[in-house]
Amino acid sequence: MTTPYGAELTDVTVRYGRRTDEAALDHVSFTVRPGTITGLLGRNGAGKSTALSLLASLRRPTSGTVLVNGVDPFEDAVVMAGVQLVRESGDILGDTSINETLGYYDELRPHWDGDYARALLDQFDVDPRTTPAKLSRGKKSALGCIVGLASRAPLTIFDESYLGMDAPSRYAFYDALLDDYTDHPRTIVVSSHLIEEVERLFEDVVMLHRGRTLVSETADALRNRAVSVVGPSSAVSKLADDHRVLATRNLGGTTQLTLEGSLEPAEIALARDAGIEIARVSIQDLFIHLSQEPDPMKEDAR
Amino acid sequence: MFDGPEPIYIQIADQIRAQIVSGDLPEESQVMSTTQYATTFRINPATAAKAFAILVDEGLIEKRRGLGMFVAVGAHDRLVKERRDTYLERVFRPAVEQADLLGIPRSELIAYLDEHPETLPAPRVAEGETR
Repeated sequence: MTTPYGAELTDVTVRYGRRTDEAALDHVSFTVRPGTITGLLGRNGAGKSTALSLLASLRRPTSGTVLVNGVDPFEDAVVMAGVQLVRESGDILGDTSINETLGYYDELRPHWDGDYARALLDQFDVDPRTTPAKLSRGKKSALGCIVGLASRAPLTIFDESYLGMDAPSRYAFYDALLDDYTDHPRTIVVSSHLIEEVERLFEDVVMLHRGRTLVSETADALRNRAVSVVGPSSAVSKLADDHRVLATRNLGGTTQLTLEGSLEPAEIALARDAGIEIARVSIQDLFIHLSQEPDPMKEDAR
Repeated sequence: MFDGPEPIYIQIADQIRAQIVSGDLPEESQVMSTTQYATTFRINPATAAKAFAILVDEGLIEKRRGLGMFVAVGAHDRLVKERRDTYLERVFRPAVEQADLLGIPRSELIAYLDEHPETLPAPRVAEGETR
């Protein structure tokens, strides 16, 4: 039985170049609760991969603390045996047969399940006798995902691992992930910019933007941050008096507003009477709104 | 599925309540497991578990150790009673308001009900369409 690992970044800064260069992570803090599927979302260059490489102990932060299962993971063999990072590159020996590679993982990962790995290879149509170098991009991505799942590591990290896969294979991967996660609970971090596809998988969400933490909370709390209302322009604009408007779309007599916060029961009743339709805002749309907010600290620095 | 304005776990709970009322989930029948919900609708298992927790709190479903979740005895009657109590205000009144708005006289509504004392006929096909 696996005990899921939690992870925590506290005030972490990572600089790759000189001190004057912009930091890849700039005083970032977030928590990954043990046993959750946590989504790590952000635009390209937001710092997702840097943050994940800290959890997998591929590097140390310039400053700040990284904890995995309560300890600094760097060069800690016991904790690191329980952390599996899958990157899109696969991190797999290109010219070694897949069968041999699976043998390495069997020795490396205490919870490795070889039978499960073989079943997945079969499902994703990857021939274990071949070498990854001979595989298509999609199959190579699938192989990385298979290694990630079959490791059953207490902290398993998929860093955009499945981007090379086509849509049917990605959905097959999500299904396998949910299936195996319910049977073998563990902590899973999934980073992606295909937010719409994966947002329902998440219990918690961390959003990074330009090297900073934008959000670190439950997916339900995040979804309560905004609400969408559509209806006759005059009625809709009244709702805007008590809420900050994040986005407006006019459709000739009809207006769609994205409002910050959630509506009070009395507001919901009034809105329904006025023919206003209330809808949830997807995490994808929230992410777009939140990452467009001006950053006061950055503005000051200029 | 589950694209409404409420959180997904509220929508799942609503769906199960509706299935209990309609008889699709009879009393003492087994409810889909958290795992089945999660994989069928591609949602986080904790989301499905939250829906079940609400229904267990309401006494509509019960957990049988090692077996799963089952519809509680009396769940159907209780839900039907609750819905009857609010039917006139929540369902019938808006329908009458619509009729008023469209200028359909009350006498026509009453006549419609009188014509079909037992069951309602199949919905009428709009004019110009062929069956």
